[in-house]
Amino acid sequence: MIALRDVTKRFGATVALDSVSLDVPPGATHVLLGSSGSGKSTVLRLILGLAAPDEGTVVVDGVVVDAGSRDRLVARMGYVVQDGGLYPHLTSVDNVTLAASAQGWPRARVDARVAELAGMAGLDAATLGRYPRELSGGQRQRVGLMRALMLDPPVLLLDEPLGALDPIVRAELQDQLGTLFAALAKTVVLVTHDIREAARLGRTITLMTAGRVVQQGTFADLVERPAVPFVRQFLTAQTLAVPRAPGS
Amino acid sequence: MRPSLTAALALIAALPFAVPATAADGVIRVGSKSFTESYILAEVIAQVIEQVGEARAERRVGLGGTGLTQRALESGAIDVYPEYTGTLARVILKDPALQTVEALRARLAAGGLTISASLGFANTYALAIRAEQAERLGLRTVGDLARHPELRAAFSSGFLERDDGWPGLRARYGLGLARVEVMEHAVTYRAIASGQVDLMDVFSTDGQLERLRLRLLEDDRRFFPDYSAVLLARREMTERFPRTWARLREALEGRLDAARMARLNAMADLDGRSVPEVAAAFLGGGTPEAGSGRGRALLGELAALTADHLLLVLISVGAAVVLGIPMGVIAARYRRAGQVELSVIAMLQTVPALALLMFMIPLFGIGKGPALIALSVYALLPIARNTYAGMMAIEPTLLEIAWVLRLGRLRRLLRVELPLSAIAIMAGIKTAAVTTVGTATLAAFIGGGGYGTLIVRGLALDDTATILAGAAPAAVMALAFHALFELLDRAVIPRGLRS
Repeated sequence: MIALRDVTKRFGATVALDSVSLDVPPGATHVLLGSSGSGKSTVLRLILGLAAPDEGTVVVDGVVVDAGSRDRLVARMGYVVQDGGLYPHLTSVDNVTLAASAQGWPRARVDARVAELAGMAGLDAATLGRYPRELSGGQRQRVGLMRALMLDPPVLLLDEPLGALDPIVRAELQDQLGTLFAALAKTVVLVTHDIREAARLGRTITLMTAGRVVQQGTFADLVERPAVPFVRQFLTAQTLAVPRAPGS
Repeated sequence: MRPSLTAALALIAALPFAVPATAADGVIRVGSKSFTESYILAEVIAQVIEQVGEARAERRVGLGGTGLTQRALESGAIDVYPEYTGTLARVILKDPALQTVEALRARLAAGGLTISASLGFANTYALAIRAEQAERLGLRTVGDLARHPELRAAFSSGFLERDDGWPGLRARYGLGLARVEVMEHAVTYRAIASGQVDLMDVFSTDGQLERLRLRLLEDDRRFFPDYSAVLLARREMTERFPRTWARLREALEGRLDAARMARLNAMADLDGRSVPEVAAAFLGGGTPEAGSGRGRALLGELAALTADHLLLVLISVGAAVVLGIPMGVIAARYRRAGQVELSVIAMLQTVPALALLMFMIPLFGIGKGPALIALSVYALLPIARNTYAGMMAIEPTLLEIAWVLRLGRLRRLLRVELPLSAIAIMAGIKTAAVTTVGTATLAAFIGGGGYGTLIVRGLALDDTATILAGAAPAAVMALAFHALFELLDRAVIPRGLRS
């Protein structure tokens, strides 16, 4: 469904991605794991067509993402960013329905879809009537997710979706996201720096550092068969910071 | 290409205001320069036109100096105004040899203009001296001064320097005065009245002469050029409205001697009578009792000027909003063209407002139209620049998301970019509106009306109260606009953006 082939991306003299390849089969959830500056967000931007690779190709549904195809391909993708990326001047429900009204959906269809998504995200009508700044971080994130799912795209791209949340809310939402991804059968690419999130949500994981792929595989592969010492270092660094992983 | 396109759009949008004026519509537009005598004569003309009833009179008075008024006449923005033969010969036709009304009229015909005969007085330079002193010393003519070199003179700086002033006069008469000082007229009048000065230069119809019991010394060697007052008109108007023109000539030609004109000037300058009152007094032959109903007349005029001023501000700021927001959007979309565009607008902004108004005259004539164009140009910068700044300040992620959501350009602009820029845009419009209230007072200098009418008149009549009557309401209106926009902010700025 989504594939990167030897993709290199430079910003001036900085190499953001260095010959990165990865495959995400349809319906799978793939996690891009790494600390900030590792290039994982750039991968999402290349898939979306918000940036173009300097070398290599990005393929979505068998079509190479380029200037000619990106407008068509983006219709198949939902995008969620840290803290929701909501429009502050629109109410939550207006944020959610923006894309549907742009597509000329009839009112009834919009309302039905909003009700369905609100049930899924656990948000009530009163909350949806509020402006983003009147919501909690978790609520904003749910609204952002609803907005990305509004047109029911087969691909969901999430960039640190839970990055702005406190640990308890975060853990709760991680569980809910896991359930949701499984239920919806979307092809998901999720960017995070959080190992627990990667462990919980990712069927497969790509661990990145400094624009390069360090290891790809399941969480178990990373823990049990680290390809290089860095993998172990990365995994234990966060465990040290959080001595007891809650809910595990 | 963009800036020229938008400039062209600005011109097109402004065209309906710039009515190319001709007397085609049953209206005679009466102009005047901006000094008391010119105001009074223009008002007399307007009142005569109204009495005849052949055409409607439109007053476009207080246009400024000769150049401006003359250009207004040539462009058809005004049809008639009071002028002086000396000015026609020296300044307008630039041929001092043209001495008689007939010669001037023949020369003016080529330009589609004509003049009446002399109204009966000349407003020329003259030397004035206290009547009792003239009596005592037996002074009657300028030449008599040669016998009294001890007299103390105070002349205005213009008179001291001009060839047709003191240097020429002195040479012609062979005068030598012991003490000649430079002094401004207003001061000199006081000085001569209190006896500190004996001799001063004046204009022969000055309202002060009679009050201060000053006598003019006769220019027996005819040194000072003749500045006889005449009506200068477009022939087109005189032919379309022959009855009116005939009546104007009948009512004015030879009917005003210098003393009478001086008295009319004094009524306006010294007695605080309104110009329409003074004009009516002349036409009615009598002198109406002083002061009555002046306050009420001013209030009525103030109400009309307020409506006028409001119209100037609303239309020009409205036009600037309609043009400025798209220009700001274009500047934000196409960066390089945008920089050029914003620089051009900023450059226009650096042209002093008054100069910009003057530039409008050859292009669009005088009156509301060109004033509105100039004011719109002035209001453009804060609106365009703030729109640009507001658009540039939007978080890039929010714009990328708009693309991912496939909003389309127009929907993105209307639902995302402009609302997110609303605070900046509203601030720009507020700045534009409040400053335009002030700048609009300058519109009166090209006959655009508004509160500036009182300021221009007050300046011409040297009447602080009248200046304040124009300036104070303008300040109040600026404050009112500020308050209005505080309310408007609530309506326009999305609730989610307000703190």
